Amino acid sequence: MTDLLTRLMQLNADYAATIDDDRLEAWPDFFVADCLYKITSADNLRDGNEAGIVYADSRAMLADRVLALRRANIYERQTYRHIVGLPRMIDPAALRAETPFLVVRTMRDGRMDLFVAGRYLDRLHEDAGALRFRERIVVCDSARFDTLVAIPL
Amino acid sequence: MDQAYQAATAAPADLTRVPFHWYQDPALLRQEQTDIFEGPVWNYLCIESEIPTVGDWRTTFVGRMPVVVVRTEDASIAAFENRCLHRGALICFDNAGNSKDFTCVYHAWRYDLSGNLKSVAFGKGVNGKGGMPETFRVQDHATRKLRIATLNGIVFGTLSDATPPLEEFLGPDVLSALRRNASKKLLVIGRFTEVLPNNWKMYAENVRDTYHASLLHVFFATFRINRLSQGGGVTVSDNGACHVSTTLAPTEAVDNSYSGMRSVDDELRLSDPSMLETIDEHGDRVRQQIIGVFPSFAMQRTNNVLAIRQFVPKGIDSTDLNWVYLGYEDDTPELRKLRLKQLNLAGPAGFVSMEDGCIGNFVERGSVAAPDGVTLLEMGGAGVESQDTRATETAVRGFWQMWRRLMGI
Repeated sequence: MTDLLTRLMQLNADYAATIDDDRLEAWPDFFVADCLYKITSADNLRDGNEAGIVYADSRAMLADRVLALRRANIYERQTYRHIVGLPRMIDPAALRAETPFLVVRTMRDGRMDLFVAGRYLDRLHEDAGALRFRERIVVCDSARFDTLVAIPL
Repeated sequence: MDQAYQAATAAPADLTRVPFHWYQDPALLRQEQTDIFEGPVWNYLCIESEIPTVGDWRTTFVGRMPVVVVRTEDASIAAFENRCLHRGALICFDNAGNSKDFTCVYHAWRYDLSGNLKSVAFGKGVNGKGGMPETFRVQDHATRKLRIATLNGIVFGTLSDATPPLEEFLGPDVLSALRRNASKKLLVIGRFTEVLPNNWKMYAENVRDTYHASLLHVFFATFRINRLSQGGGVTVSDNGACHVSTTLAPTEAVDNSYSGMRSVDDELRLSDPSMLETIDEHGDRVRQQIIGVFPSFAMQRTNNVLAIRQFVPKGIDSTDLNWVYLGYEDDTPELRKLRLKQLNLAGPAGFVSMEDGCIGNFVERGSVAAPDGVTLLEMGGAGVESQDTRATETAVRGFWQMWRRLMGI
């Protein structure tokens, strides 16, 4: 358990650094091939609404999102700084965990905002000695987003 | 005011020019509240299935006016201004709920489900002292009520007695497109809000701007969801206020009309193309359809995405874009999954929609020092007639025709 929590903390730190350092091509590797990644909000989760603003049920869809951001989409240059809190196991037998996070977004012109607060609801998977996400549901505390969410959370 | 200035700020003679100060002047925002949103128009309020049982309510907005929409005792729908008649506080301050009546938290004035004042706390005073004057009668006081019209479960409201019937306001083509979208019971499957850093009218124009879709949005053109070379067109209602634009599935195996343009990236290949699979639910080959209802409602079908957008002005240069993601009650699990995956196109993180989220702000910033400069709307001519091409700005001009008529500008 302690060992698992330590490994999850390492995983979360690596995950955040991968996004914040703009190494997005490596981001899908944190997931198993038939993963579920969804960005939703606390209200939608409570109301049983299935839809998210990002919904990927395969690692390939995550790679496609990165490809679209790199090649297709128009948005102003911006970076995230994830501040990831301490994880807790909510169901150790099922490898289900929860981790709170904050994201500060810095725009090209230097404007900085506390962009999203929320929690990761994860189902982990031991994949040949590596810990990966079978499921990562990004539950944002608010369903209201400033302009656009281009970079993954 | 000198003559040159007056000439420069006078209303343009035709619909092909819009001065930038019409997006920038706070006085116009106040006038829009009374003349547009509270005027002879139909404002989107909610989906009927969001308030199925007696006492169910949701809060929404008509322009800047907070509104409660509620299922009443006789199973009909009422809507009223969310403002207590006493001190003006919000009567309901959450998104949704169920109540047998409404009591303002400030001084406990109580309203029935239709927004009629029923009682005033300590109206007779306490121990014979204080209280309201003898002449005060609760039945003399009622909140501002909206007249309701529903269309296959989509609820609209108006504050004006002069508003024509909803069907007439929409015109036959928009009406039939909406009826088709709502031909089965609609269910909300997600709600998100995108904060647009621009005047609300720029978004109202964007949904009517059939010219931009395949040019700004690489995803549309590359995957042939929406190209101007595909079949389709745009229909504008006679009053200019409402429109429906349609893009049909491509019929040609090869389409070189976008060769050399940024908008098409032939090297872009999806590793998991399953989100581009489409079920032709209505047998009409429609790949994308946008319906605009003046002033602040749009409904879209994109492949199997079904969504409503409501744009709510929050200030002269800030707009809340409320996304309501929809499915049908009888969706098979496969169809529902397809909707969830294709919704990656829509909303604040949408492969397509995120660009509409930022483009209005690019206009705001580009035009900030040009209040008397004009935007130029000459694609497809100068009129507001329906056209069998989407290389046109006819529906944008239709928006301005209605806006100018109601504003007297």
